[in-house]
Amino acid sequence: MPATSAVLRSEWTKIRTVSSTVWTLTAALVVTVAMGAGLSALMNANFSDLPPEQRATFDPTFVSFSGTVLGQLAMVVFGVLVVATEYSTGMIRTSLAAVPRRGRFLFAKVAVAGALALLTGLATSFLTFFLGQALLGEHATSIGAENVLRAVIGGGIYMGLMAVFSMGVATMLRSPMLSLGILVPFFFLVSTILASVPKAKEVATYFPDQAGSKIMRVVPGALDSEAAPYGPWAGLGIMVLWVIAALAGGYLVLRERDA
Amino acid sequence: MIELDGLTKRFGAKTAVDHLSCQVRPGVVTGFLGPNGAGKSTTMRMILGLDHPTGGTVRIDGRHYRDLEEPLKYIGALLEARGLHGGRSAYHNLLCLAQANRIPESRVTAVLGLVGLSAVAKKKPKSFSMGMGQRLGIAAALLGDPRILMFDEPVNGLDPEGIHWIRNLMKALAADGRTVFVSSHLMSEMALTADHLIVIGQGKLLADTSMADFIQRNSRSYVRLRSPDRERLLDALAAGGLTPADAGGGVLEVDGVSTEEVGELAGRNGITLHELSAQRASLEEAFMRMTADAVEYQAHGDPAAPPPGRPRWGETSGFPAKGV
Repeated sequence: MPATSAVLRSEWTKIRTVSSTVWTLTAALVVTVAMGAGLSALMNANFSDLPPEQRATFDPTFVSFSGTVLGQLAMVVFGVLVVATEYSTGMIRTSLAAVPRRGRFLFAKVAVAGALALLTGLATSFLTFFLGQALLGEHATSIGAENVLRAVIGGGIYMGLMAVFSMGVATMLRSPMLSLGILVPFFFLVSTILASVPKAKEVATYFPDQAGSKIMRVVPGALDSEAAPYGPWAGLGIMVLWVIAALAGGYLVLRERDA
Repeated sequence: MIELDGLTKRFGAKTAVDHLSCQVRPGVVTGFLGPNGAGKSTTMRMILGLDHPTGGTVRIDGRHYRDLEEPLKYIGALLEARGLHGGRSAYHNLLCLAQANRIPESRVTAVLGLVGLSAVAKKKPKSFSMGMGQRLGIAAALLGDPRILMFDEPVNGLDPEGIHWIRNLMKALAADGRTVFVSSHLMSEMALTADHLIVIGQGKLLADTSMADFIQRNSRSYVRLRSPDRERLLDALAAGGLTPADAGGGVLEVDGVSTEEVGELAGRNGITLHELSAQRASLEEAFMRMTADAVEYQAHGDPAAPPPGRPRWGETSGFPAKGV
């Protein structure tokens, strides 16, 4: 069986030699930063129109992360394409012929793609924070303020975990269209809608995106949102459990099913 | 050497490969022959560890595929379905495979040259013709300089020049002492390349024999005759103790004689002949007879009948295989 370091090198070559890597990761960064900057500027301009309770609980950090709602979808696309194009192109048969140990293959792929997604997520997160704060003017916070650095680093980790979760799901479903068709509407619509419906939101708060995104909040309950029954790190922990479950499911499918 | 031992694969109620036991030896081209749907591709995927056998085992040089260290250095395969990423350049497609098995990067350039794709190394395979895609797949198979090579229907979609190239490549690889295992559903193709034959039908082993033996046992030799003096010829043949068969169109076929005997017989009787030729018949026919019971998607009617519009081998052109 091939050495893990060799397989990691191979996966790095795979990921850097397809154009989808560049455009999905660029989209994740640009969309998040642009939308965060836009909303920050808008908030700054209309701050005096906000109801008093919203002004009192104003969370400048979270406002600058507003673009994550859309930017995370590019991360989902990245995660899905990294795995599922192996199946749609037929490359999976050649890949597994070269690396017959399924666990090693999946580990190398997720490690390389996950690391790249995490780095992109962190870059996105710092960029969107500083640009957002600059546009928030007098309502801005600083990176040194309490819990702000945690939120900014957490925002980057959140983006990376989103991509890794998608890789796990795509390994289970083995089709780009099916994976995107489930994940994108789920994160863009279903999860967000359920999170605001009474009763349903008690469950929805444990969805990976809902739980994980709490790490980006510095002021719990800002903008009329309800405080979650868990803390920011516990929320990220819940998301990590989802990611582990998705990867474990993916590994089982990869091991048991014919390629 | 590839060893199959009781290899079985079931998909639900359907048995695709049924207790297949055989060995594929080095130094010769072994043809893996069977009608479409006979289980050839499934068998090859099980050899590569891609499909899990329901029963039985496959061993490559005595080991399970998944226990091979850097498997591309032991066995290279071209599978029927394209197995490379269309959006990644030909060079990088091969590079990521090479890196996974610690094959030097120089080898990527070398195999691209070997298959004649150096000029398009930087291009993406999705722009390639079928033939170029097939060559790239072969380059991937050769990447690790393996002692065992496996090709699934390699001539499919190739132009005559490409077919000629791949036949010579397979023979050269075998002459080099490598194990070459190649599948086809065309007997005629196998007759031109294979030294040994493994025939399957509905997943079962039907024959495991040398090509020469197969030809010897399955091909009928006969003499083909045409004469404007048909009635007198029939009488003369009957007098000589021969029973000709009418093949239609004024053609007679006589089994078990030499052209010399028939020619001299006609000469003694002063009969004009327009045609006198020795024929070796129809390995394709023998193959179809052998697999007739095992063909799943069979057209109604005579199971041994060739597809319409295609002449039977031997009846019009004689048999072109080596050793004839």
